[in-house]
Amino acid sequence: MKAKLRFILAAGVLGLLMTGPFALTALLLFADAKEAERAAFAQFLVPRLPLGALMTLLGFIAGLALLRGLFQQYVHGLLRMAETLRLMLGANRNFRVAPEGPPEVRELGRAANDLAQQRDELLNDVDEQIRQAKASVEEEKNRLAALMSELAQGVVVCNLDGRILLYNSRARLQFTALAQGPTSMSGGALIGLGRSIFSILERGQITHSLETIQQRLARGSAEPTANFITSTRSGQLLRAQMAPVLRTGAGVATTANVDSPPPTPPAWQGGDNTGSQAAPAQGGLAAASMGAPLEVTGYVLTIENITRNFEREAERDQALQLLTDGNRAALANIRAAVETLIDTPDMEADYRERFTRVIADESAAMTERLEATMNRFADALKTRWPLEDVLGVDILAAAARRIEDRLQLLIKNEDQDTSLWVRVDSFALIQAITFLASRLQEHYSIRELRLRLVAEGKMVFVDLIWSGKVVSSETLYAWELEPMSVGAEISPLTLRDVIDRHGGEIWYQRDKAAHNAFFRIVLPAAIMSGVQAMDPVPHVRSESRPEYYDFDLFAARDAEGSGIDPERRLTDLAYSVFDTETTGLQPSNGDEIIQMGAVRIVNNRLLRQEIFDQLVDPVIPLKPEGIPIHGITEAMLNGQPRLDVVLPAFHEFCAETVLVAHNAAFDMRFFQLKEDSLGVRFTQPVLDTLLLSAVIHPNQESHGLESIAERLGINVIGRHTALGDAFVTGEVFLKMIPLLADMGIVTLRQALDAAQQTYFARIKY
Amino acid sequence: MSHRVLIVDDEPNIVISLEYLIKKEGFEVAVATDGEAALQQAADFAPDLILLDVMMPKKSGFEVCQALRADPAQAAVKIIMLTARGRETEVAKGLALGADAYITKPFSTKELVLQIKSLLA
Repeated sequence: MKAKLRFILAAGVLGLLMTGPFALTALLLFADAKEAERAAFAQFLVPRLPLGALMTLLGFIAGLALLRGLFQQYVHGLLRMAETLRLMLGANRNFRVAPEGPPEVRELGRAANDLAQQRDELLNDVDEQIRQAKASVEEEKNRLAALMSELAQGVVVCNLDGRILLYNSRARLQFTALAQGPTSMSGGALIGLGRSIFSILERGQITHSLETIQQRLARGSAEPTANFITSTRSGQLLRAQMAPVLRTGAGVATTANVDSPPPTPPAWQGGDNTGSQAAPAQGGLAAASMGAPLEVTGYVLTIENITRNFEREAERDQALQLLTDGNRAALANIRAAVETLIDTPDMEADYRERFTRVIADESAAMTERLEATMNRFADALKTRWPLEDVLGVDILAAAARRIEDRLQLLIKNEDQDTSLWVRVDSFALIQAITFLASRLQEHYSIRELRLRLVAEGKMVFVDLIWSGKVVSSETLYAWELEPMSVGAEISPLTLRDVIDRHGGEIWYQRDKAAHNAFFRIVLPAAIMSGVQAMDPVPHVRSESRPEYYDFDLFAARDAEGSGIDPERRLTDLAYSVFDTETTGLQPSNGDEIIQMGAVRIVNNRLLRQEIFDQLVDPVIPLKPEGIPIHGITEAMLNGQPRLDVVLPAFHEFCAETVLVAHNAAFDMRFFQLKEDSLGVRFTQPVLDTLLLSAVIHPNQESHGLESIAERLGINVIGRHTALGDAFVTGEVFLKMIPLLADMGIVTLRQALDAAQQTYFARIKY
Repeated sequence: MSHRVLIVDDEPNIVISLEYLIKKEGFEVAVATDGEAALQQAADFAPDLILLDVMMPKKSGFEVCQALRADPAQAAVKIIMLTARGRETEVAKGLALGADAYITKPFSTKELVLQIKSLLA
């Protein structure tokens, strides 16, 4: 349009140029001439005017043609080229300018083509490099995954919130084997991406181990790991080792100290990872200025079930005990008898006989004991409680913090030898100290407790000292045997267990001169090699650990947090997609659930391994007309758990996720009717694929699961089992998320609102 | 007057030797076979020295020792603890609770007698 306007303007100018000078000259001459000359001039000119006009017109047309040609070649040609260039810039990289028009324009086109060529080569190069980098990352991921799956130990990676970011099949197997009762229905599904590790392991234990690791890092320890033993609800013993996952950026300070080049910034730090990424700069700065601490962003737990090992160990200990201490008494009896006999040659006959019988009986009993012990000893293997070498004052500091925190009891240090190392299960020991403190506070209202740490030979004494109140020694004996509890926190161990585990002792003593009393815990001192005791061996992260960093895990924001924020994007949420099979269609008329199936969606992926699949004994007879639909018979339901067991397990499975179901109102109605009797409430948001389908395709007749699946191009297999339908629903839901986004429905709240407004929302069961 | 020795052990096979030995040395001997009986005998028999086994029914030797030491009337009594468990921490506990000597089974009868005599001297 603009070009056309400019052409019209140019044509106008041309016209003026051709007629203007002639007309102006004529006008000037005319003005200058006398009256007679003007008449003659007019007489001469007027009859010949048409010829002049004709010539001018012809000239103008020729000029116009010339102008048009130039315009076509230069203005339009360049505009066309500009369009082509835009095309090359955007949609079609391979497009090239066709050389046409006058030489100058052709030259320009060729230059543009050359530029484009150069750009393409560069871009291809970059693409190739990206592709290679991606391929190597992928390869590393696969290698690591393969490695992890081959491991005989369970491996679980968590972020600091305790969310599971990664686990291997071994870990899953272990936890599945541990699961008892209701949780076993989900196939040990309490381990799952985005789930909390605290549903499996004790929170206090994990927190304590993290603290230990932090302390070690701060001291620059070469091996900042922590070990602990934990017993599960089912009484199994797990041995776990925790290793920190450190932020690469924060490692600069320490690695720089040992003259290694600073690591390149990790690739995963870019992108939209907000929140958890806010702290690192600070952490890095702190680390740089103080040389510590390294920032821990998560941890790797390697977990081993040592129940059997431990049982063997206990057996072995017992065998050893029988062999040594068990024989001491017998040997003493024999020796005393023999020595008495030797010393008393003139002993009366009946006494002599009694002494001889003692010797015979005891040696026979010893032989028998030896025999029995050796038999049992043969298959007992060596495993130990993982006692750790810890600096004694670290334990006391941790205990003091815990006591002040839990009990608001004033703690003072007294005579603490800072060079003492002890061999302990630090978590259990701190629990024990806290337990004693809480008992003292509760029963004797002490207002202050002093902690002392002294050594004597190979023993270390931990003393809990208080003034005034006298405790009877029976009290301590009673405390020793009850399970340790502080507030609501109850340990399965007794104080005696903890003491025995350390091969230690505990007693109550009074220091009358100092007007105080104390509990003394005796622990074996740790024999430390000089180097270790000296510490600090600088921690060289880059060399001592595998590169886990290419995993994008730690960038992930906490998946759920405490509740479910309706403003979160649908793509970011975790879902439990479920379905139920029932005896009939009328929950309020006594129909019951007979099967429940569910599958999880985390990070926009359907996790086909993390499922819930359980038949339910409905207690009422099945309706014959339902059997062909769900294919479940009375025989199959025999011996299955009832809903009062299954629903709480399902509730646990769904914790902290959004529920998704097809025609969810139907299933939710069943749950609702059971709420009061079973004490299980589903309070999380519910999305219904039926309603969402009505939102996306309001003009379609059918919003049945099968029709929707067909519309969205999903293969339907295994329908009409609860789990099969849950799978289909899950896939449908995943396909719906981008379709909803096209309609501007992005957040959970928007999806809930849209669903509610549809016609189908008015159906009530 | 002769010293009185109380033997506290639940195993007759050791009691027989201990009793014989100590009587032979000219001491008066009484025997208790559990912790509670030991405390009773300590009061009734008023021994000068107690041979106290650690592992016993009802009350352990540690408890008996602590109870005796808490009783001013028994302040003078000497206590030798006998135990079939040889852990260092237990020895420390016995001595801390007020035992005068701590002897691990098996032991030499001569040394035991020497120990008793030196404590009663």
